[in-house]
Amino acid sequence: MSAATLFGVCSAALVGLGLYGLIIHPQPLRKILAFNLLGSGVFLLFGVIARRGAASGLGGDPVPQALVITGIVVAFSATALAVALLLRLFHETGRTTLNADAPKNSSDNPPRKSPDS
Amino acid sequence: MTIASALYIGLAVLVLALASWTIFAQDDYAAIVGFVTYGLLLSLVWVSLSSHDIALTEAAIGGGVTGVLLLGAGARLRGAREPTGLERPGIARRVSAAALCTLISVGLALTVLILPEPAPTLAPSATANLAATQMGNPVSAVLLAYRALDTLLESAVLPLALIGVWSLASDRFWGGRPGLQYHADREGVLAFLAQLLSPFGVLMGIYMVWIGADHPGGKFQGGTILAAMWILTRMAGITDTPPISRRWLRIVLITGPAVFLAIGLAGFAIPGTFLAYPAGFAKPIILIIEAAMTPSIAATLALLLAGPPERKPNG
Repeated sequence: MSAATLFGVCSAALVGLGLYGLIIHPQPLRKILAFNLLGSGVFLLFGVIARRGAASGLGGDPVPQALVITGIVVAFSATALAVALLLRLFHETGRTTLNADAPKNSSDNPPRKSPDS
Repeated sequence: MTIASALYIGLAVLVLALASWTIFAQDDYAAIVGFVTYGLLLSLVWVSLSSHDIALTEAAIGGGVTGVLLLGAGARLRGAREPTGLERPGIARRVSAAALCTLISVGLALTVLILPEPAPTLAPSATANLAATQMGNPVSAVLLAYRALDTLLESAVLPLALIGVWSLASDRFWGGRPGLQYHADREGVLAFLAQLLSPFGVLMGIYMVWIGADHPGGKFQGGTILAAMWILTRMAGITDTPPISRRWLRIVLITGPAVFLAIGLAGFAIPGTFLAYPAGFAKPIILIIEAAMTPSIAATLALLLAGPPERKPNG
């Protein structure tokens, strides 16, 4: 089994693990973490396909490699936006749940900041 | 079994173990630490796939900056209530989710095993036209010449994400300084480290941008190192984030994408198509793009990490 095939199977497992975490974790922070794991699995699959395309003295096909670099940067931007949304949600409501129907327990909530002036 | 393949198998097992830890750990903080370690190990996987450019990006952005971002968020959410019983998924949902995800994993793994031989590749055309781009690193040639449109769009995504983050600020802090203020001992170890390390880090970041034309590296990897140095000095209390209403800051953030776009539009005039470089001038034009983009990328990454403004401009 070549390195490319081995890590190809590994990337398939990573995609599954990430998707599982995304579905079952109720906390948004864990969802973001799982989504990053899922993304890295997809990137790794791309990398394996790039590695299989090694030719002309190159270690891999440079086109998918460049796409992965672009993808990693865009994934970070999306993660930063998601984290900012989550922190704002926590700041506004004192909770981090995505469930709109969750019972509100006002006594637990930290006092809401004074309205924006 | 050779030593190399034993090493690869060990690496794959470690990566999968850390990935499982990230998903199944009870404590959020432990899961995030697992994810950072996972990112570093993943960059070793990239090295073993001969993708050194990606290995650098993964270590810098995938593990490093994303890790710092998530650790910061985890620390701030410490006070959040645990999800109630209502929100915890039941056993039926867990089992069906596991079945679905296993199905997807097995499908992907089978696809990897039956990929066509010989694999389709664009490597020969990438090397054949490398001379025209006057660069030595085919990955940089793809990023800045063959598929420069992707990179242009990516450079537009960064400021857009930053606008999204900034727009989450409270009205009263609009125009203020992003993130919390760090108070560290001016004579402490962190301040000493920040003062000692940052000049070398800045040098290394610029070197990595410069070397990217011919060797692994480039503006994203170099820009991340520059951003990391800024973050380090900020955490040591030596520097602070500028108020987001500052004109110079906005100019720094937008110069890179603006120069890139202007060069793209200039392509209509001289060679005749968008983002085409005049023959013989590819290298100087690419250098202009890289020089303009690097400060923009470094500042955008550091500010994405800092989050929306949370303090008054003078606070």
